[in-house]
Amino acid sequence: MDLSLEIGALRLANPLIAASGCFGYGVEYADVVDLASLGGVAVKGLFLAEREGHPPPRIVETPSGMLNAIGLQGIGVHRFINERLPDLRQRRATVIVNICGTTLDEYVEIARILSDAEGVHAIELNISCPNIKEGGITFGCSLPGTHAVVGAVRKVTRLPVIPKLTPNVTDVASFARAAEEAGADAISLVNTFLAMAIDVHTRRPKLSNIVGGLSGPAIRPIAVRMVYECRRAVKIPIVGMGGIATADDVLEFMIAGANAVQVGTMNFVDPFIWSKLMDGLRDYMTRHKIARLQEIVGTVDTTKRETAWISS
Amino acid sequence: MAVDIDAAVIANRRLSADYNVLAFDAPEIAAAAKPGQFVMIKTSGGQDPLLRRPFSIFEILHDAGGRPAGVSIFNKRIGAGTALLSRVEPGTRLPVLGPLGKPFEPIDPPAEAWMVAGGVGLAPFITLAAALAKRTTKTTLFYGARRGEELYCVDLFEALGVTIVLATEDGSAGAHGRVTAPLQAALASRPLGNPVKLFVCGPTPMMRACAQLAADHGRACDVSLEQVMGCGLGGCYSCVVLSRGMDGGKPHHTRTCIDGPVFDANRIMWDAVSGH
Repeated sequence: MDLSLEIGALRLANPLIAASGCFGYGVEYADVVDLASLGGVAVKGLFLAEREGHPPPRIVETPSGMLNAIGLQGIGVHRFINERLPDLRQRRATVIVNICGTTLDEYVEIARILSDAEGVHAIELNISCPNIKEGGITFGCSLPGTHAVVGAVRKVTRLPVIPKLTPNVTDVASFARAAEEAGADAISLVNTFLAMAIDVHTRRPKLSNIVGGLSGPAIRPIAVRMVYECRRAVKIPIVGMGGIATADDVLEFMIAGANAVQVGTMNFVDPFIWSKLMDGLRDYMTRHKIARLQEIVGTVDTTKRETAWISS
Repeated sequence: MAVDIDAAVIANRRLSADYNVLAFDAPEIAAAAKPGQFVMIKTSGGQDPLLRRPFSIFEILHDAGGRPAGVSIFNKRIGAGTALLSRVEPGTRLPVLGPLGKPFEPIDPPAEAWMVAGGVGLAPFITLAAALAKRTTKTTLFYGARRGEELYCVDLFEALGVTIVLATEDGSAGAHGRVTAPLQAALASRPLGNPVKLFVCGPTPMMRACAQLAADHGRACDVSLEQVMGCGLGGCYSCVVLSRGMDGGKPHHTRTCIDGPVFDANRIMWDAVSGH
């Protein structure tokens, strides 16, 4: 039974990746999850320098989902390499470092630094965080910006480069294409949907940042549709995400076109979700006699259906 | 290490329209739990509400043979999740993850422990009182609420030999006014040579006031903070509080779930603390 896949030169043992921003720096979860058993660990987004992020309240629950506006609090790339990476390396985690920049040069500089660090396996470019004004999303919401930042990082690293796309655009597939043309090894999508919640009694926003990003099962069907659109637009691997809660959800993303998936919000609800997802994938492969899980990627059957027996 | 148990509700003891005590069959959590730690509870089987809720461990329950058998929580009906927990039937199974967080550090005689609780902030103090009783540390509970009917479970503290000082805002039980008034009087009359440590949990303004009183009188003070939490394990960075490091340096957003919920009150930048 083969659950593995490749992103550039990187081989992932299985398609289950912990989503950036939802798993700390990985080490926080080492007591409850064998980090080496995951396909990958996408660590919390890093700028060059430390960042404090937004004041609380930073999250609010919504129907089958949540809004967050953490504001990319983080320890910066140097402290990550010195204080967290050795532990991740020792635990044999496949480490995907999510990086953020306020300028193109910052992305390039972080990518350079990480390329020299032992134990970093891939770079995910955060060009899609909806919660900070500077950088990031301004690249992710412009086709030339996406092309430029992916191309610039591509030039300075041999690590696989995975731009993470925002769903807050009209046509996500065109951004997937721009990323592929600029040399991305894969794309990941979707980041959160820009959203808002208001306390009607105080008439104040429920988040200190006023707006935040919606995640969780509430967004899943939109994310599946976007993965499907991107699969038809690009050849490179797609890492799909958006409210995955069960093995069937993983399979839905894969059949829509994802080669791997990330799980974020539902890891908060159930930190032991990983082994359950893995068991479910194995059961499915057994039941459907699938030897390599990658066989199902993009196999959604959209041909016109014969009119079947219709029971009144 | 935290475990996740699909724990059966053993009992739902109603205290009032808004308060109840829920007991769970969770021996592994009971065996590992320390005073002031918390659990994350999924309040429904579905996806609404989606996230777990954090609760201080109210009691560590033992079976007839004295073995750890379960934990209880002190639930106040506030939102959708706590409303579900308010009416849950015994026998229902709910995922309970724990024990989590940094515990209180109990103290030994001759120092005294003064616990200060406001409203639902009573929650972490039975486990602390039990730990202090084992050390024969003289313990006092200053407990405030709006009305006398909202002072709960005082008998549990009396059974542990705790001295009780009550205060209500309407004067219907104990001192008339806020609990910080009898606390201030007690601090003022205690000779400096007699050590005492404060342990505080309650509404943010109360904790801020207690922290100030402790600082004014040169007493150590631990606070147990409650913030909106996403995961309880340090993954989401939602439950942060602005606090100074152990070295007293520049304040940082610190995760309440893994660096707390118990903090030295001196570390907290109270003007930045949200909540009520």
